[in-house]
Amino acid sequence: MDRAILHVDMNAYYASVEELHHPEFAGRPLAVGGDPEARHGIVLTANYPAKRLGVKTGMALWQARKACPTVIFVPPRMDLYLRFSRLARDIYREYTDLVEPFGIDESWLDVTQSLSCKGSALSIAEEIRARVRHELGLTVSIGVSFNKIFAKFGSDYKKPDAVTTITRENYKDIVWRAPAEDLLYVGRATIRKLHTLGIHTVGDIATAEPDLLLSQFGKMGLVLWSFANGTDASPVSPYEAESPIKSIGNSTTTPRDLTDENDVRLVLLLLSESVAARLRENHFVGRLVGIYVRDNELCSFTRQKKISIPTNISEEIADYATDLFRQNYAWERPIRSLGVRVGQLQPDAYCYQMDLFTDEVLREKQLKVDIAVDGLRNRFGHDCILRGRMYFDRYLSGLDAKAEDHMVHPHSYFEAGNRTGSEELLFHMKQEDDV
Amino acid sequence: MEEAKNKVYVDVTAEFTPDGFLRPLCIVWEDGVRYEIDRVLHRERCASRKAGGAGIMYTCMVRGKHIRLFYEENYKWFVTRNTDEGC
Ligand SMILES: [Mg+2]
Repeated sequence: MDRAILHVDMNAYYASVEELHHPEFAGRPLAVGGDPEARHGIVLTANYPAKRLGVKTGMALWQARKACPTVIFVPPRMDLYLRFSRLARDIYREYTDLVEPFGIDESWLDVTQSLSCKGSALSIAEEIRARVRHELGLTVSIGVSFNKIFAKFGSDYKKPDAVTTITRENYKDIVWRAPAEDLLYVGRATIRKLHTLGIHTVGDIATAEPDLLLSQFGKMGLVLWSFANGTDASPVSPYEAESPIKSIGNSTTTPRDLTDENDVRLVLLLLSESVAARLRENHFVGRLVGIYVRDNELCSFTRQKKISIPTNISEEIADYATDLFRQNYAWERPIRSLGVRVGQLQPDAYCYQMDLFTDEVLREKQLKVDIAVDGLRNRFGHDCILRGRMYFDRYLSGLDAKAEDHMVHPHSYFEAGNRTGSEELLFHMKQEDDV
Repeated sequence: MEEAKNKVYVDVTAEFTPDGFLRPLCIVWEDGVRYEIDRVLHRERCASRKAGGAGIMYTCMVRGKHIRLFYEENYKWFVTRNTDEGC
């Protein structure tokens, strides 16, 4: 029996969440973007009125303003978007435990096992669409099909607030007639090459000789061929296995240059506290800690390391970050910017392997302290409780770590492996070209 | 960023029922006046386009009038300003 797969895409996501929270801007062009301090901020998402007037994702703010002088810019609020993303997935999970996030605003659902009690795939899709609109005030477009790739195609086909079904009967009429670039992972470099081969539509890819695609694109050519033919058998992975985002980080340009390790430790602590608080707020732990360092001549580098026990504890993250810094900086020059990032995220309810040399009792205490501090800060503001160290330099520790740029990175389709028939090679392929 | 002006966060006293439901008992309006909730008529997950936000909406009976009280996804309570005078 064919699988029943849904791909749910929240439309103009960041902008829609902002629109919901700003009823005073209803119907007006709005774009989420920009880093308040940097003049070179970019548009992350535009709402539909702004899109119609020519505002596009990735545009510089000044370009957007030029295209559409009446556009309203609002700064991004990642925590809010993460929360609504989780609320949406809570709805999806009422229909199946197979919910695989793809970035913050998209998910695949395998509802094959739910058909007997929840009705047809189409009626499930309609119900989800209506519920997200009613309960969260957001619109989604949903593709329904027998594989993940066509389901994704379907959610792009008609939007916003729509459901498209791609069946074995209609896929040649709908998917095959679309331009090749509408297929997942056909990017700009690939499309140029396809055009020189006389391949313009998805159908052209599907009916091309696999040998030709292999010789031109390597294994990725075969992957595209299986995508286009609807034979991709990649499963929808269970919800718990993966977090919808890759990492949470925070960086800051310090109020004065940092000249010694005390300065650095203080700022790394501040950054780690804010990163750890956001991990906890969104129920993640991570097993990768990274730092970013830029000196006062603007030379910069990043370093990261894997840690054995995933964490969301402020002190631990700060310790890893400090170690990384010590191992990699020789103090040629004072430092102007620092960043801390935690990656390889997983839900905090997930189990992990303890080890003999880690003091779990201490970790539990540290986590309890962190959670207590979160509670206090939520009620009385960040400065209501500070580490003693912060009082050595209130000028430096007064920097607002929370307001700085928040890095959130989506996952790739191939990260959990693939079932296209060439999965073992895919992982290497994804770095290449424009994948 | 200033919040929408139709959205009024309020103090709420609530209780958990033995079967795990969160039930609001009274609210304190922004002028400090306390309003007992006589009855919760209805409870559903819902977005408020007027106030701007989403959460669990309680339709409540207060002094003979219906009000809509939202328990927002950030764990705060709000009321839409002009659902009713004063409340
Ligand atoms: Mg989207």
